[in-house]
Amino acid sequence: MLKIQNISKTFNPGTVNEKRALNQVSLELAAGDFATIVGSNGAGKSTLFNAITGAFYVDEGQIVLDGEDITYQKEHIRSKVIGHLFQDPLKGTAPHMTIEENMALAYLRASTASHAFFSRINAKEKQKFREQLSLLNMGLEDRMKQPVGLLSGGQRQALTLLMATMVTPKILLLDEHTAALDPATAEKVLELTKSIIAERQITCLMVTHNMHQALELGNRTLMMDGGSIVFDVQGEERSKLTIDDLLKQFQICAGKRLDNDRILLSK
Amino acid sequence: MESIFTLSILQSALELGCIYSLVALALFISFSILNIADLSTDGCFTLGCAVGAMVTISGHPFLALFAAMGAGIASGFITAFLQTRMGVPSILAGIIVNTGLYTVNIAVMGFSSNVNLFGCDTIFSLAKDKITAGWYNDWYKFLIVFLIVIVIGIILAWFLNTRLGLSIRATGDNEHMVRASSINPLFTITVGLCIANSLTALSGAILGQYQKSCDINLGTGMVTIALASLIIGETLIGKGSVFRKVIGVILGSCLYRFIVAVALRMNVPAEALKLVSAIIVAIAISFPYLKEKAAFQRQRTVSIRMNKKGGGSAC
Repeated sequence: MLKIQNISKTFNPGTVNEKRALNQVSLELAAGDFATIVGSNGAGKSTLFNAITGAFYVDEGQIVLDGEDITYQKEHIRSKVIGHLFQDPLKGTAPHMTIEENMALAYLRASTASHAFFSRINAKEKQKFREQLSLLNMGLEDRMKQPVGLLSGGQRQALTLLMATMVTPKILLLDEHTAALDPATAEKVLELTKSIIAERQITCLMVTHNMHQALELGNRTLMMDGGSIVFDVQGEERSKLTIDDLLKQFQICAGKRLDNDRILLSK
Repeated sequence: MESIFTLSILQSALELGCIYSLVALALFISFSILNIADLSTDGCFTLGCAVGAMVTISGHPFLALFAAMGAGIASGFITAFLQTRMGVPSILAGIIVNTGLYTVNIAVMGFSSNVNLFGCDTIFSLAKDKITAGWYNDWYKFLIVFLIVIVIGIILAWFLNTRLGLSIRATGDNEHMVRASSINPLFTITVGLCIANSLTALSGAILGQYQKSCDINLGTGMVTIALASLIIGETLIGKGSVFRKVIGVILGSCLYRFIVAVALRMNVPAEALKLVSAIIVAIAISFPYLKEKAAFQRQRTVSIRMNKKGGGSAC
């Protein structure tokens, strides 16, 4: 589904702030693959996501999504088939628009006909939104006319997830999307994520700082460091892996003492 | 002292309020929705008036309205082009276009600083002859502008709930979301500014026919006036559906005109009007902030007093 070949990206080239954020990264995901990504801060996880979504163009290499070369495709065009959730729950929804309007936007974005500028949401589709919202068990289906800004972070993130997958994306990118939520809400959003991904067989990449999640979720675990993927495990080898093994692996691959508290603490 | 609220004051406030409410609606799109301060509004208003006046003089008062809107779209497109494709900061783009429009406007008016439409057919003079009833004679101007504004308001409210309209609203609301949801912000900003400026120009064209003249300085301070109307409307009607907000903007514009009429009636000299507008805008914009601050101060005073009372036992 996703095929990344030797992509590199250097920020602020030629200045004292020069940073090689991605270094010859290659990655291939089959359709339905669900890979978790771990790595310390600055390892290049979010940069990898931004390269895929087109927030910037890579310096070299190639990105192919579902057989289509999207390396230099504009961001708003490729985002039709890419779902992207951020750590910050405020980033995924428009606060001054109602729940219904936000969902309408997510629903209409993928109505592929480019002439559908003036299409509107009808009663049947509103009913569909209601049903989907009721699956969240958050009571949002009765608040569809309220601005999203009134919702809590967890509710907003759940809504964002719903919106990102409303029209099944070719790939779903989850950038620590539960990290800013309280444990109970995070658990709920994670459960929802799992069920949606499993139900629709969505190809997914998920950044996490939780080693348990990294091994538990999905079918593949990647580790990034210094802008490269340093460890890639799946199948039987992965099922035998313990959290300690993963931490050890991290140290070996990174070649340095682990200094990231969040990774140690989330063991 | 005679009453300051006469029927004729109310009437002219409603007429002018409806005409200027189109500019307020334009700023509703650019300032409230897109979050862009479009400073080309002054020049664009005059552009609409000038283009409208010239077409009216040539004998096509209805075509004049559409010609003015076309000119407004062109002006809005240039403003948008500068900020989306040329990397000019949005405020500067508006100022640049505004400056350039001065020359354009003079040129449109045949290199003269004013034109008048006396003796020409206007939408008002044409409508006046249709019915001869007494009440109609008094209110026909208001009826015409009211109809135009209501039609525009309904179309706008409808449009802002279509896919394109929702995209435009999201553009000003959450930049991150827009980038992640297949909306091209460059496109939505361009469309939004074109629509906004077409309304501004339409307002100018209607005003030109209403007062039967066009002057190069007509648009000076228009941004401030429209902002005052917009903010009065938002304060009055508050939050709600798009349609409700649109109605609020129109009411706000009428109310602003009423305030101005009363001020004039209370012997405020006409030259002081711009200062009055500026003061109204300054107060209206700072009001919500000051209210919040005052509430915080009150709460703090109460809280400090409570702490002092129970301070000993708490520690």
